[in-house]
Amino acid sequence: MAKAHVYKRDHINTDEIIPARYLNTDNMAELAAHCMEDLDTNFVKKCKPGDCIVAGDDFGCGSSREHAVWALQGAKVGAVIAKNFARIFYRNCINCGFYPIELANATEVINDGDEIEVDYKKGVINNKTQNKEIKFKPLPDFAIEIINDGGLLEHIQKRTAD
Amino acid sequence: MGMTITEKILAAAAGKSKVEPGDLIDAKVDCIMCHDVTTPAAISMLKEKGIDKVFDKEKIVVTPDHFQPAKDIKSAELHKRLDTWAREKGIRYYYPLGKAGVCHALLPEQGHIRPGEVIVGGDSHTCTYGALAAFSTGIGSTDLAAAIATGTLWFRVPESIKFVLNGKLGKGVYSKDVILAVIAKIGTDGALYKAMEFVGPALKEMSMEARMTITNMAIEAGGKNGIIGFDEITKKYLDEHLKDKKEYKVYESDKDAKYEQTIEIDCSKLEPIVALPHLPSGGQPISKCAGIKMDQAYIGSCTNGRIEDLRIAAEILRGKKVAIRTIIVPATPVIWKQAKDEGLFDVFYEADCVISAPTCGACLGGFMGILAAGEKCVSTTNRNFVGRMGSPKSEVYLASPATAAASAIEGKLVDPRKYL
Ligand code: SF4
Repeated sequence: MAKAHVYKRDHINTDEIIPARYLNTDNMAELAAHCMEDLDTNFVKKCKPGDCIVAGDDFGCGSSREHAVWALQGAKVGAVIAKNFARIFYRNCINCGFYPIELANATEVINDGDEIEVDYKKGVINNKTQNKEIKFKPLPDFAIEIINDGGLLEHIQKRTAD
Repeated sequence: MGMTITEKILAAAAGKSKVEPGDLIDAKVDCIMCHDVTTPAAISMLKEKGIDKVFDKEKIVVTPDHFQPAKDIKSAELHKRLDTWAREKGIRYYYPLGKAGVCHALLPEQGHIRPGEVIVGGDSHTCTYGALAAFSTGIGSTDLAAAIATGTLWFRVPESIKFVLNGKLGKGVYSKDVILAVIAKIGTDGALYKAMEFVGPALKEMSMEARMTITNMAIEAGGKNGIIGFDEITKKYLDEHLKDKKEYKVYESDKDAKYEQTIEIDCSKLEPIVALPHLPSGGQPISKCAGIKMDQAYIGSCTNGRIEDLRIAAEILRGKKVAIRTIIVPATPVIWKQAKDEGLFDVFYEADCVISAPTCGACLGGFMGILAAGEKCVSTTNRNFVGRMGSPKSEVYLASPATAAASAIEGKLVDPRKYL
């Protein structure tokens, strides 16, 4: 069961997700060790595989570093649920096969520590703690296709092979 | 219904006669910018997938800049991977150390940016090149890998917001102050996913360098691209900088093009602005924030590390001494040499500033000027996020080169106009 880690903040930026001082590597495990470090030094310790981050507006703003997504993937974060996302980060998520979920009232309907289950295709978050079903707009089909193929490069390879 | 300049460029790149905001298109890419942080990963991805092909050796520009000269062993490894790949693939425009510079200053300077083209780069400030009437936007490593291999990328055609820059800038007020005012007005997500098109009489008085400062920071308002139409100033810059391929296509927004919003800025009313921590939207007129004590001044980066910026700083520092650590970073070797030849280095030396090699350096908290906990830096860069230039407990204040230089002299934020 996935737990929600709620940060009631807007504009959580890529420098907070993975500080630039660690950008001298692109190794996922090394990056994961510092995931969210400048925002919450305990994050890596408390995040269990599949857990979700819940946040406000403009998540992932700032640099184009895909390292932010790799750090989250390396820390085994299942998905980020935010009010909305910065453009390059959103695109990077899809390209890496990672789910960005846009939910207008994310930080209001999910509390820190809530147990949640996400159905990506149907666009439903089951908040088990609060016994509530929350609907979100699923990603566009082409984005789901890319994620299902495992990322953009895999998707391109598959398309050219077809 | 007419089209905006952004829509026209994207339509042409997708081989269509018309596109509308929201359309998903596959567009041909004319130029790809590659640097030392995001490209090595793209190279590894391509290798891992067994994709050996580079779509066009002439259309990829490679420069290490973020951690160059290598700051530690790990960044040396990144540079090595980049270097090996660029040589192996025979990338025509590879700028190794000695030729390398901060990417967004280097590419226009070396004549790689042409109006009407689609340019992508593995860096969020790739939006800088829109000052030359091109569509340019930042991407991550996977997109970069895909672009390198195929020369095409998918895009969602953005809605456009028009920014009309009216009036004339007063003395001591610069394009940096204009863009900080714009971002303060609309917020760091005020143009999320959007094209930011800048028009208006104030632009006519700005050099190409000054315009690039504006488009550089489009991303700080969440924009997909920033763009400025072609005019005599653009033409002159291109005549001086384009080397190999001199032809290009000029697109203009139609009179009846659709904008989601039009925002007017009266530039004559602006005073110098400083963006207080920790968001680029924290802009305050200097009259409201003067007096805040600083520990360091940083003059450089893709936003304000060009020759014009160094001249402005030198004019203020001439014959003075700085009261705090002051770091000057010419953005490219050409700018470095120009500054030296013009005697600006003597001015900086006499003022007790330190001059660095071209690098991104401390702009992103890499090296060459990292801040300790509790320290404050007035910086001509573009981001003042938590921990951006060092300790998560340090603070960055974004300002023009003039404001940074004047503040360096007094060791606190001051209005530069009294030094002009
Ligand atoms: S100078 Fe700063 S903002 Fe510009 S490319 Fe380098 S790190 Fe990024």
